[in-house]
Amino acid sequence: MNKPLLIENARIIDPASDRDVTGVLLVENGRIADVAEGQAPGAPADADRIDARGLIVCPGLIDMRVFTGEPGHEYRETLESAGHAAAAGGVTSILTMPDTAPAIDDGALVDYVLRRAGATACVRVLPSAAITKGLEGKDLTEFGLLKEAGAVAFTEGRKSLQNTAVMRAAMTYATNFDAPIIHQPLDAALAGEGVMNAGPLATFRGLKGIPTQAETIPLDRDLQLALMTGARYHAAQVSTARSAELLTHYKKHSPRISAGISVNHLCLNENDIGPYRTFFKLSPPLRHEDDRLAMVEALKAGTIDVICSGHDPQDTEVKRQPFADAAEGAIGLETLLAGALRLYHSGDVDLKTLLRAMTIRPAQILGLKTGTLAKGAPADVCLFDPDYPWIVEEATIRSKSSNTTFEKARMMGKVMTTIVGGRIVHREDTAQ
Amino acid sequence: MARPAPDTSNTPSGPFQPFRHRHLLGIAQLNPVEIVDLLDRAEAMIPVSRQRKTLPNLAGKTQINLFFENSTRTQASFEIAGKRLGATVMNMAVRTSSVAKGETLIDTAATLNAMQPDAIVVRHGSSGAVELLSQKVECAVLNAGDGAHEHPTQALLDALTIRRHLGRLNGLTVAICGDIANSRVARSNLILLGAMQARTRVIAPQNLLPAGVDQMASEVFTDMREGLKGVDVVMMLRLQNERASGKLVPSTREFYRFYGLDAEKLAYARPGALVMHPGPMNRGVEIDPAIADGAQSVITEQVEMGVAVRMAVLDALLNREGNA
Repeated sequence: MNKPLLIENARIIDPASDRDVTGVLLVENGRIADVAEGQAPGAPADADRIDARGLIVCPGLIDMRVFTGEPGHEYRETLESAGHAAAAGGVTSILTMPDTAPAIDDGALVDYVLRRAGATACVRVLPSAAITKGLEGKDLTEFGLLKEAGAVAFTEGRKSLQNTAVMRAAMTYATNFDAPIIHQPLDAALAGEGVMNAGPLATFRGLKGIPTQAETIPLDRDLQLALMTGARYHAAQVSTARSAELLTHYKKHSPRISAGISVNHLCLNENDIGPYRTFFKLSPPLRHEDDRLAMVEALKAGTIDVICSGHDPQDTEVKRQPFADAAEGAIGLETLLAGALRLYHSGDVDLKTLLRAMTIRPAQILGLKTGTLAKGAPADVCLFDPDYPWIVEEATIRSKSSNTTFEKARMMGKVMTTIVGGRIVHREDTAQ
Repeated sequence: MARPAPDTSNTPSGPFQPFRHRHLLGIAQLNPVEIVDLLDRAEAMIPVSRQRKTLPNLAGKTQINLFFENSTRTQASFEIAGKRLGATVMNMAVRTSSVAKGETLIDTAATLNAMQPDAIVVRHGSSGAVELLSQKVECAVLNAGDGAHEHPTQALLDALTIRRHLGRLNGLTVAICGDIANSRVARSNLILLGAMQARTRVIAPQNLLPAGVDQMASEVFTDMREGLKGVDVVMMLRLQNERASGKLVPSTREFYRFYGLDAEKLAYARPGALVMHPGPMNRGVEIDPAIADGAQSVITEQVEMGVAVRMAVLDALLNREGNA
C-alpha cells in the first residue's frame, strides 16, 4: 500500500459527525487513520504531506444519479471518462443508472459494469439495476440475484413507472432484500408532449408545457405506497413546491422516505432556457423561480435529503435540434460541488447542509460505509477551495459529452484534490 | 361578395429606414417603428403586385424556400414575392430530400449555406427551429412559421389588411378565436397588436387556451358571444381536425355550435367588423361558409396582402443599406 498521507492545516467539515474544525487528517492503508484538531501529535515521519491551508476537507462526494453510455453508447460516456469527470468534481462514488443498451436488468450485466469499472474507472462505481425487465415497466427483475451481483439500488432511471400495481409489487418485493427503490415520478400521459415547465414562458415560446402536477400526482402515489409497503423509497429528483409539501407530510410517517434534487434545479429556473437553449432541456423540466426557492428551503429543512448531478451525457447530434426534438439531460459531475456552492456564496445554505446532502445522506440511503471522515472509514476525501474563481469551458470538460448547463458560467469553488480509498485520483493544476 | 379594398391615395413611397435585423424570426424582435416601417414598405409594394409588374430590387439574388411542413399557400406567396422582385427562387421539397434520411436540421442548414443563397425562407414544425437554423447560416432567414411559436409575415399581412380598412391599429379591439394553444398565427398577432396598442381578446374553450395566455392577450374569454361584443376585427383560426376528435374537443359539430363564427355570433361584434382567417379554412368547423364569403370578410384580401408583405420583408432584409 501507499505511504501514509497527512493532510494538514485543513478546515475539516464532516457532516456525519457534525464536525467543523481546523486540523489534520491522516490516511493509512486506504482508511481514515486519524482526524484531529490542530497539529497531529503522532503522525508517521515518512508520511506524504499535503498542506491544505485555505482548503476545506470533506468526505468524497456521492452522486446518486449518473448516466453513462457504457454499455451501448460509449461515444457519449464510458465508465472511465465518467470516473475522470467525477474525480475532477470531488465525487468519489457514482450510482450509475441502468438505462444503458442493454439495460442493467440481469446479474451478469451488473457484474459486467463492476468489472469494467474495476478495470477503468478511478472512482467507486455503484451500479443500480432496473426495477423491471428491459425498463419496460411490466415484469420485476431478480432483485435478490441483482443485489448479490452488486446492485445497490433499484430504479427505472430516466423512465417513470406508470403502472401503480407494478410499483406496489416492486416496493413490496424490495423489502425482502432491504433494497432501496429510487424513482423519478412523472405522469407520462399528463406530461404528454410537453417539453418545458407549463406557464406563460412556454406559451410565449410556443412550446408545450409540463404541469407540476405531472410530478406531484405520481409522487403522492409513490409516497402512499411507500407507507403501505414499508419500502425504502427515494424520489430521485423533485422540482416543485408542492413536492416539498408532500414530502414533509409523508416523512413524518416513515424514516425510510427520502428525496433528491439535481443541482440544476437548485441553481436554475425556466428562464435560463432563454431562446430555446436545449442544454437546459431537462427532466423534470426547470421550473418557475418560486419552485426553485421552495426547493432551496426544502433542502435547508432536510425535506430534500440529497443533491445529485443528474449527470446525463448527450451528444450534439441529439442536442443540436429544435427544442421539442432535442434530447433531455445535462452533464454535471464536474460542476456538482461548484454549482451547489452557489447557494453557499449567495448566503442561502450553509456549507455543512450542502455537504451533508452530497456525502452522509446518500451513504445512509444507499447503505454505504463511505460519506464520512470517521476513524476507520474508507479514505474517500475531497479537498476544495470554496472561493477559487473559474469559468466552465467546453475545452476543459473531461466528460466525453459537453452538454452542460453551466457552459461559460462563472463559478466560485474548485476541487483541488480527490482521494479514493487513500489514493489520489485527481489533483488540480492551478499553476496559472 | 367580399368587401372591396379601398384605394389608398396616400401610398407611402419611401425612403424607408434601413432594416436593423439580419433575419425576420418573429414579431417579438420588432419595435413599433419597425412594424410601421414594414407595413409602409408593403403598402408601396401593392401597386407593383396589383399590376403584375416586377422590380429589380433582388435581381441576381437567390432565395430558397425550405418547407418542412406542407404549405401550398405560403410557399406560393413567398415564391411570387421573390420573383416579382427579380430573385431566383428555388423550392426545396423537404419530404423527399435527405431530411427524410435522418439528416439533422443543422446538417441541412450547413449544406444550403454552402450553396451561397441570399435568403432562406423556412417553415418547420418545431418551435424555435427557424432560429436554430438562422444561427448556422450566413444569409438572411425568414420565418414562414415555426411550430406554435411565430408566423411573422402572417401577422404583418393581417395588420396591413386591418390598417387599410380601418385606417389604424391602435385603439382597435381585435378578437382571435379558436385553437389558440397550437397557433403561431395567434402568437404573432397578439405580439404585433399589443405592440401597436390595440386591445386583444382571445376566445376559445379552456382546453385550447395555453397556460398564461392572459399575459399575452388583453382579455380572455371562453364564451364567444361575450368575447365578440363590440370588437372591430374577428380573426378566426383553423382547427386541425385531429384536435377535434375527442382529444381536446369532442367533435367538430360541438365546436361549431359554440365557437364557430356564424351570423348570429358575428352580430355581437361592431356592425361592419372585419372577418379574417389565415386559411386554409374549415368551412362548417370554425366558420360558416356564408360568413367566410360574406360582405364583412376580407379573407381573400389577406392573401393578396401576403404577397405585398413578403415582397417588403424580402426587400428590407436583402437591401439593408436602405433604398429609395
